[in-house]
Amino acid sequence: MTHAEITDAIKNKFEISVLDVSEAFGMLEITISPDKIRILAGFLKDELGFIFLTDLCGVHFPENELAFAVVYHFHNLEKNVRLRVKSFLNTQNPEILSLTPLFAAANWMERETWDFYGIKFLEHPNLIRILNVDYLDYFPMRKEYPLEDPTREDKDDRFFGR
Amino acid sequence: MKYNIVEQPEGYSAPGFFATSLDKVIGIARANSIWPLPFATSCCGIEFMATMGSNYDLARFGAERLSFSPRQSDLLMVMGTIAKKMAPVVQQVYEQMAEPRWVIAVGACAASGGIFDTYSVLQGIDRIIPVDVYVPGCPPRPEQIIDGFLRIQDLVRNEPLRRRYSPEYKELLRSYGIITTQDHH
Amino acid sequence: MENIFNTKPKKEEPIDNSQVYTTLNLGPTHPATHGIFQNILKMDGETVIDAEQTIGYIHRAFEKLAEHRPFYQITPITDRLNYCSAPINNFGWHLTVEKLLGVETTKRIDYMRVIVMELARITDHIICNSVIGVDSGALTGFTYMFQMRELVYEIYEEISGARLTTNMGRIGGFERDFSKLAIKKIKNFLIEFPKTLNQFEHLLLRNRIFMDRTINVGPISGDRALNYGFTGPNLRAAGVDYDVRVMSPYSSYQDFDFIIPIGQNGDTYDRFCVRNAEMRESIKIIKQALDNLPEGDYKVEAPHIYLPSKEKVYNSMEALIWHFKMVMGEINTPVGEVYFSVEGGNGELGFYLISDGGRKPFRLHFRRPGFIYYQAYPEMIKGGVLSDAILTMSSMNVIAGELDA
Repeated sequence: MTHAEITDAIKNKFEISVLDVSEAFGMLEITISPDKIRILAGFLKDELGFIFLTDLCGVHFPENELAFAVVYHFHNLEKNVRLRVKSFLNTQNPEILSLTPLFAAANWMERETWDFYGIKFLEHPNLIRILNVDYLDYFPMRKEYPLEDPTREDKDDRFFGR
Repeated sequence: MKYNIVEQPEGYSAPGFFATSLDKVIGIARANSIWPLPFATSCCGIEFMATMGSNYDLARFGAERLSFSPRQSDLLMVMGTIAKKMAPVVQQVYEQMAEPRWVIAVGACAASGGIFDTYSVLQGIDRIIPVDVYVPGCPPRPEQIIDGFLRIQDLVRNEPLRRRYSPEYKELLRSYGIITTQDHH
Repeated sequence: MENIFNTKPKKEEPIDNSQVYTTLNLGPTHPATHGIFQNILKMDGETVIDAEQTIGYIHRAFEKLAEHRPFYQITPITDRLNYCSAPINNFGWHLTVEKLLGVETTKRIDYMRVIVMELARITDHIICNSVIGVDSGALTGFTYMFQMRELVYEIYEEISGARLTTNMGRIGGFERDFSKLAIKKIKNFLIEFPKTLNQFEHLLLRNRIFMDRTINVGPISGDRALNYGFTGPNLRAAGVDYDVRVMSPYSSYQDFDFIIPIGQNGDTYDRFCVRNAEMRESIKIIKQALDNLPEGDYKVEAPHIYLPSKEKVYNSMEALIWHFKMVMGEINTPVGEVYFSVEGGNGELGFYLISDGGRKPFRLHFRRPGFIYYQAYPEMIKGGVLSDAILTMSSMNVIAGELDA
């Protein structure tokens, strides 16, 4: 199953929603518009044999117009082909459909992405914070927030090169 | 060869009896039979498992009975990173322990936050509970953990009996916001 | 937080006595949860009806921390992901960066990495299997097997200097070659460990009580496991033979001859047996690698990523300049995204690295196997009793550092 076959199959079904196709370090990457993600995931799972969702994560590009991205990694175990699917979301209100009905693995990974970036996954069964404390009122992995605890008073920033 | 397991305290002895002060006897008894609570959260916990194993054997020093219930333990061994989510749990476990109680912070993360200078990690457990001994290391070698345990034994052996009722100790607990039953008296 | 501990129903509501469930709080501090995570179980007597999980009690923000550190400083963080088998995480990270930079390692480096990674896998399975024994009441196996871990700690110390969180190797090889003492210790381990493993199996594997406690406990089918994203020994116990070392071989794993053990039911006994069998396969691999260790260099000739040796730095101008440039971060790294995965002790440990050309990653995401398969825990314990729930959890080998990252 070559990359060209996969690209053709996806492009045939989702003509204008496929925004970009590229290949880097041996992995095919497809950028798709966010409203088609669940149909694409179902198509990949049923027709093309990508039954395994390896990874799901979010990325924040502060300089881009569409600042948030959700990156999915799929794996076809029979033919040993991996696929990366990216979807860019708008900055003010990043929302995308959840993949939990299709892949049970997506449940906690989407909660983690919500916890870190504030990307809302619609129709998720339980979209609450998973790793951070419940009373945290910001989304810590966004680039505008610092790494260190903002309330600490014992470490002098002059000696830490900040 | 004769091995001296426990140092004999100063006192007056004659055939049939040995007289010494009460706090020395109680100190020896407490120090050689500490029941630790291993509060192992991360990598230091694995080094603690190695310390309890047969190669380094912490049980030689009296810590044979590990208790996971705070009501029955003397020493809270906090080993590993404490995140801010876990901090109220540590404080609750400390409050449930009965006096006299000691705390040893094993590892860099428990002592000061370690390499994790981040928004989600508590920078040292001495922000929430009073700590007696800090063992540095990431993770500390089992010999270092045993050394920390021996320092705790020194503290236990030499502690005055009325320390836990003194106003300084009550002030210390109050500064951490830890409420004890003695405050109701 | 108070509601979790409040199990009495409020007096105003009429109590429906037909079905009264108890809420039992298991953790975060609990002797049988190895690591800190919480499970609130809804129980009908002894039977578990449902479970609600809370994790994040050791969230140390690795991904945010990695965005502030140069590539070679991220290795100590990867140690602390699955801290029972730290070298696998280290080498996985080094292999990811080497893929990004296009660095080809020599065969000798590959074989050395394979030896250490298989030792790490053995130690990870030692902990998991002995802890299954401890949770079912058999503490002797734990003390036998932990002595073997001490032998591996000595090997790690000889190679890298540290016992547990090893920070081993470099991007582009190792910092020094295996010394003669290290090779002697590895050979000694290969002689001692199978004897102890046989003793351990003799205690538990065909033990009537252990089999009664673990067969048909916490089962999961292969399809369900694939849907949940299981990888590693848990998936192989459910019958699916997916192993990253065989499917996409890295670090010359294709040169070695080993089988992938799989189970049938996906229950606790199968997970125990699969881990035992994998330990034996790892011994085979280490023997093959040690016997055929090729001649060559322990480091790559890649001056832009591998720090030059100190004699050269103090004596030659070029080496001094390269050393300064590398430490200050003025080396160009390519822009790109790479996803690389290795077979960790628990499954597919993946690194998704987005580099923007600077000395720090723009985004580094860890695909942690423990985080993904722990989601299936409520489904696996439904209908079983409380003691089965404890054994299922310890047989899944959930490591808190990997769960929360």
